[in-house]
Amino acid sequence: MTTTTDTHCPYCSLQCGMRLRTGGDPAAAGAAEAPAEVLERPGFPVNRGALCSKGRSAPALLAPGARLTGPLLRDRPGGPLRSAGWAEALDRVAAGLAEVRERHGADAVGVFGGGGLTNEKAYQLGKFARVVLRTANIDYNGRFCMSSAAAAHRRAFGLDRGLPFPLADIPHTGCLILVGGNPAETMPPALRYFRELRENGGTLIVVDPRRTRTAAEADLHLQPRPGGDLALALGLLHLVIADGRVDEEFVAARTTGFDRARAAAMAHWPDRVERITGVPVSRLRAAAELFGRAETGMVLTARGPEQQSKGTDTVGAWIDLCLATGKAGRPYSGYGCLTGQGNGQGGREHGQKADQLPGYRSIEDPAARAHVAGVWGVDPAELPGAGRSAYELLDGLGRPGGARALLLTGSNPVVSAPNAAHVTARLRGLDLLVVADPVLSETARLADVVLPVTQWAEEDGTTTNLEGRVILRRRALDPPEGVRSELWVLRELAARLGVEKGFPDAAEEVFDELRRASAGGDADYSGISYRRIAAEDGVFWPCPDDAHPGTPRLFLDRFATPDGRARFAGVTHRPAGEEPDRDYPLHLTTGRVLAQYQSGAQTRRVPELNAAAPGPFVELHPRLAARLAVAEGDLVAVTSRRGRAVAPARITDAIRPDTVFMPFHWPGAGRANTLTNPALDPVSRMPEFKLCAVRVERAHETTHETARETAQEVAR
Amino acid sequence: MAAARFAERYTALGGTGRVTVYGAEPRPPYNRVLLADVLTGRYDAESIALPLGGAEPRPGCEVVALDPAARTLGLADGTVEPWDELVLATGANPVLPPIRGLRRVDGGGLTEGVHTLRTLEDCGRLAEDAVAARRAVVIGGGVLGVSAARALAALGVPTEIVHQGPYLIERQLDAQAGEVLRGRLREVGVETYPGNRARALRGEDRVTGVELANGYVLDCDLVVLACGTRPRTALAHTAGLPVATGVPVDDALATAAPGVHAIGDCAEHRSTVHGLALPAWDQADVLALRLSGAEPDARYTGSRPPARLSTGGLEYAAFGAVDESLDPGLDVLRLTDATRGSYKKLVLRGDRLVGAILLGDLAGVDALAEAWQRDDPLVDHPLHLLT
Repeated sequence: MTTTTDTHCPYCSLQCGMRLRTGGDPAAAGAAEAPAEVLERPGFPVNRGALCSKGRSAPALLAPGARLTGPLLRDRPGGPLRSAGWAEALDRVAAGLAEVRERHGADAVGVFGGGGLTNEKAYQLGKFARVVLRTANIDYNGRFCMSSAAAAHRRAFGLDRGLPFPLADIPHTGCLILVGGNPAETMPPALRYFRELRENGGTLIVVDPRRTRTAAEADLHLQPRPGGDLALALGLLHLVIADGRVDEEFVAARTTGFDRARAAAMAHWPDRVERITGVPVSRLRAAAELFGRAETGMVLTARGPEQQSKGTDTVGAWIDLCLATGKAGRPYSGYGCLTGQGNGQGGREHGQKADQLPGYRSIEDPAARAHVAGVWGVDPAELPGAGRSAYELLDGLGRPGGARALLLTGSNPVVSAPNAAHVTARLRGLDLLVVADPVLSETARLADVVLPVTQWAEEDGTTTNLEGRVILRRRALDPPEGVRSELWVLRELAARLGVEKGFPDAAEEVFDELRRASAGGDADYSGISYRRIAAEDGVFWPCPDDAHPGTPRLFLDRFATPDGRARFAGVTHRPAGEEPDRDYPLHLTTGRVLAQYQSGAQTRRVPELNAAAPGPFVELHPRLAARLAVAEGDLVAVTSRRGRAVAPARITDAIRPDTVFMPFHWPGAGRANTLTNPALDPVSRMPEFKLCAVRVERAHETTHETARETAQEVAR
Repeated sequence: MAAARFAERYTALGGTGRVTVYGAEPRPPYNRVLLADVLTGRYDAESIALPLGGAEPRPGCEVVALDPAARTLGLADGTVEPWDELVLATGANPVLPPIRGLRRVDGGGLTEGVHTLRTLEDCGRLAEDAVAARRAVVIGGGVLGVSAARALAALGVPTEIVHQGPYLIERQLDAQAGEVLRGRLREVGVETYPGNRARALRGEDRVTGVELANGYVLDCDLVVLACGTRPRTALAHTAGLPVATGVPVDDALATAAPGVHAIGDCAEHRSTVHGLALPAWDQADVLALRLSGAEPDARYTGSRPPARLSTGGLEYAAFGAVDESLDPGLDVLRLTDATRGSYKKLVLRGDRLVGAILLGDLAGVDALAEAWQRDDPLVDHPLHLLT
């Protein structure tokens, strides 16, 4: 007998609706081994039935052969991982965590979470860290994702939600500037909104150093050097002011700080911006005119401008452009961030961030501490303060003052962290590394204990998509014997560490507590229930009570600042953490390909996706290739101050001649993050993934070995 | 401008010292590059103020004396202020050409109707005067002269440029480009007379004409002097600092006096006075790195600024050496499109780009600037840089 379950895709922040059919004859369903088949769910508004290749092939990873089906244990450092039972594994973890805490103090136990975890897991992980481990040191890979946009959002609007409007508003805006985002490859089902925008007569402007598939669909493509986004935004603001397109009435009634922003823009006159960004003045003018004269407009940023050591300021400058032109806090206008991971939004709202408590509360705010401590039944004084941010947490592992034991779930920093070779060495320096993951990721391979956990189709839980829409994933099938949910793992560990209550493993029960913990916070979920989500195709936060309809559009009446006005950032351009010089004369920028997701821990195990995107590559311009005497497919070595990566050349005139591009989904010799720079944004603590200075050369004989290594890594 | 940039970067880089910006002008620092378009009304005078970081502006506070030994400076009102580090960013003054009738007989400044265009005050006076003007003459056909003439024409004043050089902007362009530019100016209402020198101004109370060296007289009631600038070095000179064309500085932007630095139009680095905004800002950035403590060893090794004009439908970019006649080892590649009024030229030595001009169509400006600044060998036919 077959059953169908309405649920959502496990991958990106769109959280596309999908229907899973289970219990049928897998062979007949056309899915060789997968225990479930993906069907369309056309009624769900975000994707209206559309799915990309990642979503369609997601059940492949549910098959027992593709994943871990029992805990693994390492008996001694350097020894092999062996199978173990759950009781033995959990005893070992609990004893190890307790021992480190005993010897080195509570903060010596670190927790590293992920933006792919459900709200319930993120909430419970934060509570586990603060209540059971009592450590300040919990952070997550979302710090590598949206933290700059989040910081800029809060600075400008007093509240951070990826999009202040539903995606379906996009086709109704007059002009949309997409900065450093490539939805055609990263979230294909969203592309239709951009196409509909153009069909309706709106204009699409894409800012990207590469002519991506998305940029190719734009009316105007601005192709700045990496790191030029901040100056570019200020250059457009300058022209908007010069052309008399400032919405004076809006600026006077709904904002503060325009004078500072105007002065900042005056320091960025067109010739200077051309020199900084490489974008000709004529194209700056065209963009400023299109955006300035449109009745309504949106600016969306993604990782390009955000993953920089000036990411918060860069996003702030783009927000300033919206504010100056009156394109915020109004229907079909506003600034938004295309969040990345499946629960990139919800994952940052409920307490796995070093400086935050559930409901998007500050851990330094006494009232917030009192409220959350009340829900948790503890003394507010017992709650730890703010801990280290993600890279700083990883950088300190095993060192004096840093964590000596790490509990890691939903992340694969060996591939995804900046300066990854260094981070790998730090992970090896731990007394105890515990990794919970459905698969044996590159990071799990370093662990002392690996705990196999359930996947999206095997558990209930909510996520919050990029629109701020809280949606519900439904359990469609049973996990294999030997696999447990993270909620269950946390319950078991809490009990072993002496906390018997407060860690239920039923997701809805956890959600009900999360609702109470979030009540009155910025991200208020108290009116949202599983029943409502199912009935309403998701509910937008804030939703403070059962009768509240939710908030699809934010800021229409006022911004969430104390005085209700949006705040101009008034920032100026500054150089990147690392600029090209004689020794490292080129920019490296990193990004994604359609058929892979993040560190690839999931997608690299799906044959169909590997066939489409089998391995890393280095994209370079024909003129650069000619200068380096590199032909298509030749191995090239890319070297930065932090390391060297080798991958085949892919030659295309879609990239600037002064820039090379590498996707970051792979480990081994072609690992892009071996090269990236951990220079941090001073506000968001976001590392500078999107640009560093490199030298590129043809890889010679001696590097064939590393190439073979890559091939082997990929095959594994 | 250089002072504002320094102050802003100093704060942003975490400098903790108290920064005061003294200026003789009645307004805090603003962006001079935009003055021609303040004249056309594109920008309000108020709106071109520059960010100052945490610095305290002291407009209307002219510094008249400097004592490097005592580390003090004297203001026009007689007060004396101490300092630990001093940045000279005194800029430049317009050059007044040797022309009869330039000054009032009573010695009270320039003859009525005669203007320079260096400050917002200049700009305000010129704009006022331009309202009733019937005909204007700009003396000097460099960048400032061309910009000013274009702005006056945009205000509806028929304007002529008298230029001593063989063609417009001869320091950056070649003859052919100068000619194309002349044609474009003509289209917007500006006539140019190159190879002509102004000898005298006519008029008793107010200027009525410009007399050329060849005896010809251009009738006008408005004159703008655009004959270049000269570094303002008087303060440094009276303080006993060595002065050449500008105030000489080393790669640390330090003058000969301990604690005294110089940046911008008043500074002379490796025998070069740039007199342009972009190099001034490069210098300000380096000095801010040094004095804020962010990078105490930062060095300024020079700038290679492209010459650029991009206002009012006139657009060009020029880099490096554009006159091939000076060196027989240079090759030239030209592309002229008469119908679109565009002109492009590359000057090459072997496989290196040593200079270029783009006029009218600037689509390839980025690749060109890149190739020139990096000084990399060109691997394929350089034609791609022109198309």
